[in-house]
Amino acid sequence: MNAQIRKIVTVVEEVVSEMGQPVSPPTRRAAAMAVIANPFAGTYVEDLTPLIDTGAELGALLAARALAALGVPGDAVQSYGKAALVGENGELEHAAALLHPKLGAPLREALGGGAALVPSSKKRGGLGTVLDIPLGHKDAAFVRSHFDGMEVRINDAPRRDEIVVAVALTTGGRPLPRVGGLAVADIKGQDGLR
Amino acid sequence: MPDVLLRKQIVSIEEIFHEGGPVAAKPPRRGTVLAVIRNPFAGRYVADIQPFMKDLEPLGAAMAQALVTALGGDPAAIEGYGKGAIVGEAGELEHGALWHQPGGYAMRGILNDAKAIVPSTKKVGGPGTRLDVPVTHINASYVRSHFDAIEVGVTDGPRADEIVLALVMTTGARVHNRAGGLAAAAIKGEDGLR
Repeated sequence: MNAQIRKIVTVVEEVVSEMGQPVSPPTRRAAAMAVIANPFAGTYVEDLTPLIDTGAELGALLAARALAALGVPGDAVQSYGKAALVGENGELEHAAALLHPKLGAPLREALGGGAALVPSSKKRGGLGTVLDIPLGHKDAAFVRSHFDGMEVRINDAPRRDEIVVAVALTTGGRPLPRVGGLAVADIKGQDGLR
Repeated sequence: MPDVLLRKQIVSIEEIFHEGGPVAAKPPRRGTVLAVIRNPFAGRYVADIQPFMKDLEPLGAAMAQALVTALGGDPAAIEGYGKGAIVGEAGELEHGALWHQPGGYAMRGILNDAKAIVPSTKKVGGPGTRLDVPVTHINASYVRSHFDAIEVGVTDGPRADEIVLALVMTTGARVHNRAGGLAAAAIKGEDGLR
């Protein structure tokens, strides 16, 4: 492993009722986060290739951890998202290098597919900064019931020379979706959009 | 007797490889399970609240089991524990105290009748309130290497008429513990203290 990992955190949330209404089956979502050393903290570096390669490693690792936390096979996942939080001595572009070029392929491999763009967010911040990971259906980005987000936070990260990298996976959409739009049953699944 | 109405449950696991020092041969894990339930006494003063402790026992047992499972499934691997509660604004601190008996005995039951008192904390707060749950060794409260705390919270809970119940467990000491005091290897294990 190229990445120097300080800790790995997983969170699983299961919603069984909302506003007194039962949620059946319960919605379940997981986030897996790695706190890694930022090799470029405090300096401007033109070539971010090492972080890009770390992104590929973390895509596989975090997908596996999130699946294990959910206790389901990859093909049971319905929506996904990713995000990175850069400590104060790093730059937003470091998050971009981790997330965008190579993280998605091993993530999709772990899920047995995923035609849709993996929605993402990034920010820079201090210890305990809240990160909102956007979520969208993995095969059709327009599925309205699965537009969502998952808030994560690690109280002691990122230190200034660290980056938090997160992947979120779900086995369903929002608890009680009823605002219409494209339904899962109507996905064509060809272009990743509808 | 009021029913225990569960809205959501969150399980989170941290695996700590290092904190600036040598990488741990066996990385310690810290786990939390949170249940967001309806507060049956919200909005009014109820004198006799103790029957609700009995109602909470099955939930406590299920939470303790879920946490041990998420930490690898072996109760013998658990070395530290703690518990806590966050009461929503329409409740009172005393409602949080109802968690002491069902939460504590649920963990002791699954952990082979652990001897030490379960350290605890509680507060009244709004959605997103953070709670620092204290952690001590399960058989001897004075074991210094295992003094710890885990921060927990739920973004959208507790709502006014809810309570967040927390159980936490660890599989080892602080990752770079070196502050001396009673060592886990030197426990007598008779009084729950040393």
